[in-house]
Order: sequence, then structure tokens, then C-alpha cells
Amino acid sequence: MATKTDIPAAAKQPATLSKQEVLRYSRHLIMPEVGMDGQLKLKQAKVLCIGTGGLGAPLGLYLAAAGVGRIGLVDFDAVDFTNLQRQVLFGTSDVGRPKITAAADRLQNLNPEIQIDAYETHLTSENALDLFKDYDIIVDGTDNFPTRYLVNDACVLLGKPNVYGSIFRFEGQITIFGYQGGPCYRCLYPEPPPPGLVPSCAEGGVLGVLPGIVGTIQAAETLKLIIGKGDPLVGRLLLFDALAMKFRELKLRKNPECPVCGAHPTVTKLIDYAEFCGIRGEEAPSTVINIPEITPSDLKSRLDRGDDLYILDVREPHEYQICNLHGHLIPLGELARRVHELDSSREIVAHCRSGKRSAEAVQFLQQAGFRKIWNLKGGILAWSDEVDPSVPKY
Amino acid sequence: MAVKVIIPTPLRAYAGKQESVDVQAGTVGEALSALTGKFSDLKKHLFADDGRLRSFVNVYVNDEDIRYLQKDQTKVKEGDTISIVPSIAGGAHRR
Repeated sequence: MATKTDIPAAAKQPATLSKQEVLRYSRHLIMPEVGMDGQLKLKQAKVLCIGTGGLGAPLGLYLAAAGVGRIGLVDFDAVDFTNLQRQVLFGTSDVGRPKITAAADRLQNLNPEIQIDAYETHLTSENALDLFKDYDIIVDGTDNFPTRYLVNDACVLLGKPNVYGSIFRFEGQITIFGYQGGPCYRCLYPEPPPPGLVPSCAEGGVLGVLPGIVGTIQAAETLKLIIGKGDPLVGRLLLFDALAMKFRELKLRKNPECPVCGAHPTVTKLIDYAEFCGIRGEEAPSTVINIPEITPSDLKSRLDRGDDLYILDVREPHEYQICNLHGHLIPLGELARRVHELDSSREIVAHCRSGKRSAEAVQFLQQAGFRKIWNLKGGILAWSDEVDPSVPKY
Repeated sequence: MAVKVIIPTPLRAYAGKQESVDVQAGTVGEALSALTGKFSDLKKHLFADDGRLRSFVNVYVNDEDIRYLQKDQTKVKEGDTISIVPSIAGGAHRR
């Protein structure tokens, strides 16, 4: 499928390359697939990158290096230490800086010939169409379902291609949605998973190089769309497994009944995507309410007093290795079948990393008849903040 | 027919940490039943309460989406590969 791109080359003003640019892009210029025509298309192209994290980092670097004339960046976060394992746009000295500023500085330093538009904002239903309208291609490098559906719908409504990549642990998915009326994200997945079925932090994490691989594939597809060469990754879902080191390709079809890009769309404007994804507020809603809690300081006082408290750690064994409170380890997923290891006559304090999994554990144990049980509020993170700063946070 | 079901990373925890599971089945529906028969924890991740495949989980026979074949009635033959492909959003997103 050697479809030609529909990216308008802004052909009104014939661009040229300066002597300096000819030198910079010479390895593009001497290959016929790019050449002067392709490089001028790149120079006139406008690409908006949603997110400057794991996917956005390699994407931004390669688009900037390739000479994409205008690159928009949307992010609202600040760089933290946990980002540096994979977000190669940033250095240690950037920790604490807004990602958007650090990213813009890095990309502008890489290529001063291009324009970087930095938008330090959350992408919302209110601003998405306005932000997207000036760009030819949108690249989705976000990390959550509401923003992915928002990016998809906005791209479909505006008729712009959405270069999609997403990752989990060591697996990635890549495709181009909404290209020349092709399938969109909702054709692939009509609805997001309910929050309760989204993998928890116990099952999260990502191999640092994985977003590098997926993000560079997104960059390659973006550059191909701009120069109009090759077969774009349209109608094909590329799956990558870094552990097996295998790529697989599945057919991706347009759903004629798609609510946003089908023949009779029911979604004709942007909606409330947090609500659509069943999420209220910043965090996924806790399904657990009104469970007894103990603060880290109170727990410390009681332990110091010599009270007989049984510490139950419901994290995974690999998390226990990072840091622990010398608790008895029963991962949440094993609690049901290992509940006999616990003595309901003793006072039990359950904890996890942040307090969410242990809240579920407390609720489960209450239903199992345990009465003297508390959840450590804020988990081991709060313990580190309030009681013992020598406990590492992760 | 012996077919291979490829388990995606997010669901491996519910399938004995295996990357793939071989089952005997004549249709996709039979293959998924055999799978959830072996690993009951998988069931709620694949099927909604009404027994239908969840809308964030797609199933492919080789490279074809069963929604565009005969859904769970899609026939499988010896050596076919069934892929379960749920939506993933991440990132290092944590809760």
C-alpha cells in the first residue's frame, strides 16, 4: 500500500535550505528517499507531540534531529528521578525542572534551526482542538487511557493522523490511527478498561529501553508520513515484545459502527474522558471506602510502646527487596488463599507502597471476619516521609 | 485441534506466568473456555458479567480480528495461533 501522504507541504512559500542546513542534513540529502524534496517537506512540517516522557523523549530527539521544522510539545509534569531510567531527553541536573522547559532546551540545543512550541498544560477537551489545529500530525506519547481517547477523538474530528504508541513492561503496540479516514483507536478498542482492571503498580513498571524502541518507531512513521515514502503503518497493529525480541503484525480494520469515525458517529465533539474511563479526579477511584487507618507516626509510637502489632506487607516479593518494614509478606493476589497464615486475634497493620493495595487487603480481611485490622495510611512512602527517611522510596 | 493461545504481558500473572498456552479447541470460543478452565482468574479479565468478551480485549486468529470473522464461533485449525491483545496505555503510570 504505497499511499501518498496527504500532509500539506505548505507549498505556497517554497522553502530553501541554508548552507548550514545542507551540511546538517547531508546524510538525508544524499539518499534519494529523502533528498532535497523530502528535507524541505520536513522543514515545513508541523508535528505535535503529546507527552515528553518515555515515548516523547526519543520521538522528540529524532524529529528535531531530522529537521522537522516545527515541533509542539505538550506536558505539565516536572522531571523526577524515576524518569531518568528511560526519559533520555533529561539529565540529572534537570530533576525538578518542568519537563517542557527541559525538553525544549534539549531539542533546541540539538537543532537550533527548528521551532519548538512548548505548551505547559494538561491536554483537555477544552484545549485539544485548538492545540491540534495548527499541526499536520499528532503523535500520542501519553501514559493513560483518558488522554489516549481524547487524542484519538480530536484527531478524528480534525482529520489528522495520530501516530500511536503504547507500552507495558516489555511490550509495545504501535500504529497510525485516523490516516486518510482509516481506522481509529476506538475501532480497535471501543472502550477503556474499567479502573479496577487496569494493572496495578505491582504489575506496572517498564523496561527502560522499551519506550525508546517504540518511540523511535513512532518517529520513523512520522517522518515517513511527512516525506510520503514507504508503506505507512496504517491498518496494521505492530506488536513488539522485547523479552522475546519479536515483532508481530495484526490486521487493524475500520469499524463501520465506530462511534467516532463510523458511518453514523455518536461522538461528534469532545467529551469528558475521565468520566468515559470511569475515573473521577486525578487518581483512579478507590473502590475501598471507610476502612480503618493508622498513620505512620501513630504506628511508630505504638511499636515503640511495645504494642503487639502484626505487620502485613501485601506488596510483591521484588518490592520487598527494595525496602520493607520487616512485615510478613503476602502479595495481595495471594491473600485469599493464604489468609490462614494470619491470626485474627492479633492486631494487624497492612501496608503496601502507597496504601491502595493494602486498603483492598484490609477490606478483604474485614469481610473474612478480621476485626482488629488497620491500613497504614500512605504506605511505605508515607513511612519514609514521616518516620524513617532512610527507607528508600520507589 | 491443538492451538496456541498467546497471553499478553498484563494477563500473564493470571495464567501461571506463561507466555502461551496450548489448548485443544475447534473454535475460538472453545479455546478461550479451555484457557479459562485452566486459569479461572483470567475469566474476569477477558469476559464481562454477561459473558461477552470485554471491549478492551481483542482476540485474533493468526492476524485476523475475530470481530470481523465469526467472533467466538470462528473456527480454528491445527497449528493456528490465537492472540489476546488488551489495550495498554502506559507508561510508568502507577496507582
